[in-house]
Formats: sequence, C-alpha cells, structure tokens
Amino acid sequence: MPSTASYHIYPCGDHALTIELGDRIDLTTNRKVMALYSQLKASDIKGLQDIIPAYHSITLIYDTVFLKKQVSTTTVYEWVSKEVEKLLEKFKIVENQISRKITIPVCYDERVAPDILELSLAHKMTIADLIRIHCGIAYRVYMIGFLPGFAYMGSVDPSIASPRKASPRTIVPKGSVGIAGEQTGIYPFDSPGGWQLIGRTPLLLFDQTKPSPCLLEPGDEVQFYPITYEAFQNFSKA
Amino acid sequence: MSLRIIKNGLSDTFQDLGRYGFQHLGINPGGAMDGYAMKWANVLVGNNPDQAVLEMHFPAAEIGFETNTLIALTGGNLDATINEVPVPLLHPVIIAKGAVLKFRRQLKGARVYLAVAGGYQLDNWLDSDSTHIQVKAGGYKGRALRKNDQVLMHAMTQINALQIKSDHEVLPWFAGNISIEQDARIPFLMGAEYHYLDTISKQKMEKGAFAILPNSNRMGYRLKGDQLQMNPIHEMISSGVTRGTIQLLPDGQMIILMADHQTTGGYPRIGHITTTGIAKLAQMNAGEILFFKKTTLEKAEADLLLQETNLQQLRHACKFRLEAFFKN
Repeated sequence: MPSTASYHIYPCGDHALTIELGDRIDLTTNRKVMALYSQLKASDIKGLQDIIPAYHSITLIYDTVFLKKQVSTTTVYEWVSKEVEKLLEKFKIVENQISRKITIPVCYDERVAPDILELSLAHKMTIADLIRIHCGIAYRVYMIGFLPGFAYMGSVDPSIASPRKASPRTIVPKGSVGIAGEQTGIYPFDSPGGWQLIGRTPLLLFDQTKPSPCLLEPGDEVQFYPITYEAFQNFSKA
Repeated sequence: MSLRIIKNGLSDTFQDLGRYGFQHLGINPGGAMDGYAMKWANVLVGNNPDQAVLEMHFPAAEIGFETNTLIALTGGNLDATINEVPVPLLHPVIIAKGAVLKFRRQLKGARVYLAVAGGYQLDNWLDSDSTHIQVKAGGYKGRALRKNDQVLMHAMTQINALQIKSDHEVLPWFAGNISIEQDARIPFLMGAEYHYLDTISKQKMEKGAFAILPNSNRMGYRLKGDQLQMNPIHEMISSGVTRGTIQLLPDGQMIILMADHQTTGGYPRIGHITTTGIAKLAQMNAGEILFFKKTTLEKAEADLLLQETNLQQLRHACKFRLEAFFKN
C-alpha cells in the first residue's frame, strides 16, 4: 500500500466538495477514507460543518458565507480544496488502524426473518449454513446513510450475496438485518426498504437520548452472532 | 409568554438553520426549506438570524396568542389575518393577547415563516432546534404541531410593558419584497456526472420545462419533463450528497434533494442547485413549472454573499428601529 494517496477533488454545489480516494468498494480504499476522515476531524480547517465518509470518498460540507468573508481566493471552494490538498501532502495511512469492535446478536428465526428460507433455497444451502456464513466473518462499516444510523457493512461472502427485492416492502421493522448485493445492514427504524431480511437484532441501533445516538460509526468492525427466538424476546423485555 | 394552536395545519414544524456535524451518522441536517426567509423573519423582530422559526404550509395553523407578542411573517403569502384583518408579510407586527392569527388562502409561494421576538422555547437535540420527524426529536416534542399545543416563548421584556390600543399594530417599517422572485429559472452548477449526459440531454436540461410532481416534499422535489439520457457510467459508488443535489433517476427524470435529504446517495449527480436557488425553489409548489439556468461557482458565491450583506444591513436597521420604537 503506498503511503500517500492519489485523489480527485471536485465541488458539490456552492457549499460542499468531494474527495475521491479510489474507484471501487474495497477495504484498501476505505482504509484510506477512514484515515483521511480522522485527519480531517483533527485538523483546524475552519468553516467545516460536516465530514461525510463513504465507500471511496469523503464529502465536506462547509459554511460558504462564513468563509467568503475570511478567505481571499476567487472562490471558497478553491480555498477549501487547497486546505485539503495540504493535508493530503502530509497524509499517512496508518497500517494498523484500530477499529472499534462491536458484536451484535441476531435472531435468524423465520418469525423475524421473512426472506431467510427463500434465500437459502436460492443459494442451495440450508438455513443453518446461511447463518454460519453470515456470522462467519466480521464486517466493516463502510458508510452510514439512507437512515440515521443505517450502516452499510461489507462484504458478505459471495455465496450469500443477494439482489434487492424486486418490489420493496412498505414497512421493514426496526432491527431487521438484511442483505443487498454484497452489503449487509440493520434498519434502525421502521421504514420502507428493499433489502432481503434474514434476521432481527434486539439491540437499539439508534437512541436519540444518547449524546452519540448511533450504535455504529463509520470504520467500525461488526461481528454478528446467532441467538434463539426466546433469547430475542427476552432481550427485548429486559 | 405562550401561544396556542387552535387548529393545526398540514405540517407546522419548528426549524432553524439545520443540524450540522452529524451527517457521518446519517443524521440529515433538516432546517428551514427557505433559509433566507427564515433569517429575515428573525431579524425583523430583533432576533439572531439563526433562531428557530415556525415553518408552515397551506393549510397553515390557526394560532392564538396568550401574551402580547412581537411577530414577523416572511416567505410565502398565505393571506395572513389577525382577527380577520389582513396583515402584511415582511413587517414587524405587535399582536395582542387573545388575538388570533389565521391564514386564509395560498396566494403565492409555498411556505410561510413565523418568528417571535425572543424566540420559542424548544427541545434542542444535537445542537439544533429543528424538528426531526423521523427520529421524533428537536423542535416541539419532535413532531408537527397539533390542536391545543401550547408553545412557550422566551420573554421579551419591552413588549410586556407595551400598551396596545387594538388587537394588533403593524409597525411602520418593512423589509422590501425579497423572498419571492418572479424569475422561475433556477440556477444550478454542474455535478460530477454532468458530463455523462448526452449532448441533447444537456440542451434539454437548460431549455426544457420541468414540472414539480405532487410527491415532492421536504426530502426532495421530484421533477417530470423530457427524459434525460446518459452515456454509460463504469460504476456509481454511493457518496455524500447535499441539499440542492440534482440526481438523475434510472427513468431519466430528476430529483432535487431538499432539507430532509438522505446524507448519501448512489444516483448520478448531474447538478447542484445553488444556495440562493434552493431558497427560491423552496417557495415553489407541486404542479408549478421550473426552468434551469447554468451558472458558475463564482456567481453562486457572489449571490450568496450579496444576500448575506442585505441581511446584515436589514438586521442593523431593524435593531435601530426597534430600539427607537421601544424607547418612546
């Protein structure tokens, strides 16, 4: 892995810019994203309102009016992108980035996993195999989006990768664990959704009363483990 | 200091400039759709421009005031009345205890903003008073207003001492009509995938008429017009998006992301509405027709700075007039 990154910066309207650090969804690219993300957070670039990491990119939202009065470049975009470039010149990818490790219990019982039977049949495996494979590796949170706290995690083993449902459900219950392509994710809220639902977690993915309301953050490492339907129900009561 | 909702409107929510610093967690910023009108409402009553105001659509709420209050209305013209007498937009107005503010019909624009001097007492969530409906947090109990809700306001000492002879008094200065421009053309900047549009589609985007569809809301405006075609894109990978981003959907139609937009998206970003353009767009209704006008970053930033300069001038003028008024 090279210690510096090749990149591409472009404006997203008059108050945002995007930095691309690769052209594919993979761990190497996302490691660069998370390294730059932490360096941007720790930087003293003024006027930044949001830093949004994604699979292969970071989008910065900035306060154009505030910066316009402070900087002398032709455009505010020019100033912010130069600041980012300065950071990228010194940019070092930490080889052993430490991710938070989070374990999440999932009930794969058909009563809360409406698509698991169909999926196991489509993949010509038993439900037990599918559960074993889904719990077999830790997943990386590549990005959070779609809903507050909805983590796009990857990548699932190709043997259980599945296309989205042809017609999305109007209501997916909160806590549902799904697969879409090689991604896996958990719905933090009741919401419409098209992912194949293979289980449900009793954990709260989103708690608005907490100062940090989301259980998962970009860059986290997530390990699922199976629990019984009884454990799921008791967990919810506890 | 309080007001009471006698009858709720379609969707009356408190909004400030938005909730920033949490988009990496998928928490969208929200905030007033027409941020410019929101700021003007505040400065007219002597508030800081970024304080939360009540954003209403048509039909809007019927509001009873339980204390003498200095208010201002900006944004869309929904034919506001106080005890059945029409009151103008963009003026500070003193409304007496017991008087009722109503909105009779939709004359122009889509959203009206109500600011009260001193501001509202709201539930702050993650550094913002904006209502986040999905999370049920911020604003008034994290939801749209309902009949009989009582909303508390921060005390404004001068107004309590003020003698009001009738049920309301329109103060004799105003802000000029800034909120709604006649020009329906909406300025946009090219997006990262603009160059994938074929030549004819680029022309269609700038020459064509696009209707705002009925399923447009605070999340996004869906448009209907000539289909736009793209040359194949190797691979679209989801990335951060922002307010004003114009995405091209697989059916060749556009969606413009508004205040309650998702924080990431994977559709081609063919353009971005400028910040001043978003305020203009926020006052357009479903069924209206819009045209796009390509602009430059330099122009977009200059327009934004001009708006800000106007706002600061108004702010100083209003402070001066209000102080003089309360001295007498």
